[in-house]
Amino acid sequence: MDKVLYSGNEAIARGAYEAGVKICSAYPGTPSTEIFENLPQYKDSLYCEWAPNEKVAVEVAYGASIAGARSLCAMKHVGLNVAADPMFTAAYNGVNGGMVIVTADDPSMHSSQNEQDNRHYARAAKLPMVEPSDSQECKDFMKEAYKISEMFDAPVLFRTTTRISHSKSLVDLGEREEPEIKPYTRNPQKYMCTPAIAYRNHPKVEKHMAELEEYGNTCCLNKMEIKGHKVGVITASIAYLYAKDVFPEDTSFLKLGLTNPLPMKLIKEFASQVEKLYVIEELDDFMEQQIKAAGIACIGKELTGKLYEYNPQLLKERLFGVKPQAPDLGVAAVSRPPALCPGCPHRGFFYTMSKHKNFIVTGDIGCYTLGGSAPLNAVDSVVCMGGGFTVGMGIAKTLEVTGQTGKKVFGVVGDSTFFHSGMTGAAEIIYNKGNVIPVVLDNSITGMTGHQDNPGSGKTLQGEIAEKLRIEKILSSMGYEYIQIVDPQDLKAMDEAVVNAAKSQVPAAIVVRRPCLLIKGIKHDIGKCVVDSDKCIGCKSCLRVGCPAILVENKKARIDQNQCVGCTVCAQVCPKGAISRKE
Amino acid sequence: MKESKSALLVGVGGQGAILTAKVLVNGLMKAGYDVKMSEVHGMSQRGGSVSTQVHWGEKVWSPVIGKGAADIVVAFEKMEAVRYADFLKPDGVAVINDYEMASSSIAAGLCEYPEGCLEAMQKNYRCFVMNAEKIAEELGNAKCMNIVLFGGMVKALHMDHIDWEAVIAETVPPKFKELNLRAYKAGYDAV
Repeated sequence: MDKVLYSGNEAIARGAYEAGVKICSAYPGTPSTEIFENLPQYKDSLYCEWAPNEKVAVEVAYGASIAGARSLCAMKHVGLNVAADPMFTAAYNGVNGGMVIVTADDPSMHSSQNEQDNRHYARAAKLPMVEPSDSQECKDFMKEAYKISEMFDAPVLFRTTTRISHSKSLVDLGEREEPEIKPYTRNPQKYMCTPAIAYRNHPKVEKHMAELEEYGNTCCLNKMEIKGHKVGVITASIAYLYAKDVFPEDTSFLKLGLTNPLPMKLIKEFASQVEKLYVIEELDDFMEQQIKAAGIACIGKELTGKLYEYNPQLLKERLFGVKPQAPDLGVAAVSRPPALCPGCPHRGFFYTMSKHKNFIVTGDIGCYTLGGSAPLNAVDSVVCMGGGFTVGMGIAKTLEVTGQTGKKVFGVVGDSTFFHSGMTGAAEIIYNKGNVIPVVLDNSITGMTGHQDNPGSGKTLQGEIAEKLRIEKILSSMGYEYIQIVDPQDLKAMDEAVVNAAKSQVPAAIVVRRPCLLIKGIKHDIGKCVVDSDKCIGCKSCLRVGCPAILVENKKARIDQNQCVGCTVCAQVCPKGAISRKE
Repeated sequence: MKESKSALLVGVGGQGAILTAKVLVNGLMKAGYDVKMSEVHGMSQRGGSVSTQVHWGEKVWSPVIGKGAADIVVAFEKMEAVRYADFLKPDGVAVINDYEMASSSIAAGLCEYPEGCLEAMQKNYRCFVMNAEKIAEELGNAKCMNIVLFGGMVKALHMDHIDWEAVIAETVPPKFKELNLRAYKAGYDAV
């Protein structure tokens, strides 16, 4: 078969398929999302789903493993924080069918809220960790990961970074193997994590890790390339490719694919063969620290640094002082930050909130994080998935306990985030009598990650029609008595809804509902807005809605007809009625 | 070809840089090169600055390049050429679309679109400038602007040894085949 050009994520999906994986569960998150978007093509051979959150995904995959199937879950780095609970205990209980947890880290935070290095999870949870460098390895190492999982009775952490997940390189495909499904047998002594059983399991985990370290000294994932004895480089993951570009031809490499536990015997052997040893790894000194603790001298972070992603030229500069020369252009590009799309339903809500200076808005993770950007500036904080409701709760309680009045807290989450971890926050607010208005921005899709279905969208990952969970019914059953459902594109109604909710004497919540304009397959009301330049007085009120389609030229507003979709939010804020929709 | 080559395609989300990179990569693969490509998804889809990198040669390692390493920068928008100019090798070449798109901060009146982007690039680098949007509109569809630029890129990099017309025909959706073939030729002739 010819080689195909696959992204790392496509190759991971293919690797899982070839490894005979049966059950797959994940929650979307950049840069991991495309792994699961590429699984439905194999649905004749495996089951795949979007779970409401990462913890659920790991639990489903782990249950499948207990039942004897090979299973997969995938998430972005911060998703593993959510899923850490079942993962740590699954490490103790061990597996039946092989299980792989993919964590896609995001050095440089292209699309993330922090730069955590998830390799530390492997050490903390005592899990085998596999790290590929390119798409071919993404595919091949998946198959090895399942073998390791079953050999060493543990889920395997499979770590990529953005540049591995989203870079494309050539891949040789293989055939699917069909491992035998081990029939389900009841085994509570293995799978019930009571203190007494966990007590017995811990030494078993330590023993497996010692055996795995021994295995790592000879396994195919770790390989020595001896080209000379002057300089040696120990490296793994994407840093291997950068280092290959940067170090001279006669440099020897120890390229590690199984990075927890580190194969110390192999490392010592390699170190003894070279005069000068470098450890090249992005983010933390994960390998370097352990190598130095083993008494091996090496050069690493003092030159390369712990911040942001590398590239070959950056490494060359930091290691060898070769600085790229660029002329001073004398002109600089201004920033081009992402913005809510023209016609985005979130715009009406955040514009409304920006008008009320006594409102505190605790936001969340999604497209609607952009409600905090200029000129809307309508978000006070963003922490994590689901935090919109509960961070707001902490602020509201503080205001209440310290007697500060005059402020009203609105906690904001999206529809997918509501199902992910917003529901527990909604329960918290009701149960503990919080003075917070939960607001769900329901655009009927998981938007920022590129349109994945969720429990409210009515469809599954495999394309089947599903039960559509109604957010207002869930809120109502929790005890919210005054629930308003409002179209954010109607600014008057939107404003009334927040004012009414703020005044409410009974627990109030708002569902802000309009589907994302980018959802395919449903009919959107598309038109164009135009400015009557005779009426326009150049007051720039329309610029305050933060729409990329509106510009000011010759002191008058102009609407870019290529971008405008006719949502009329700008028309509603124009004090002179200068903007109208063409039919 | 001993030395590997790198191209950086930069623009604004939605301008079609990724499809252009796909045409490039398909042609390079057909010609037997080892190819790696890197793009960043996520937030950048929302009107932000986007970049796609293609790296090819007999054998290539890294999918990405850093500053001072690109043989060519193809800028779908002229301010983006300035933003990524320092990725060019000193003898690198820039293909620039003489086209202006305000960023959200400019549209909001927080800052102004910088003057003299093209002139600054032309003063410091070998540049091919074209108004790809106008050319595309004259061909009947502004959306083929990306392939117009691609035509200019092929000429700038002297990559005529690959049958790009065949590659374009295989890569773009069938109903846009004729349009894109014309776009490619127009772009090639424009520089």
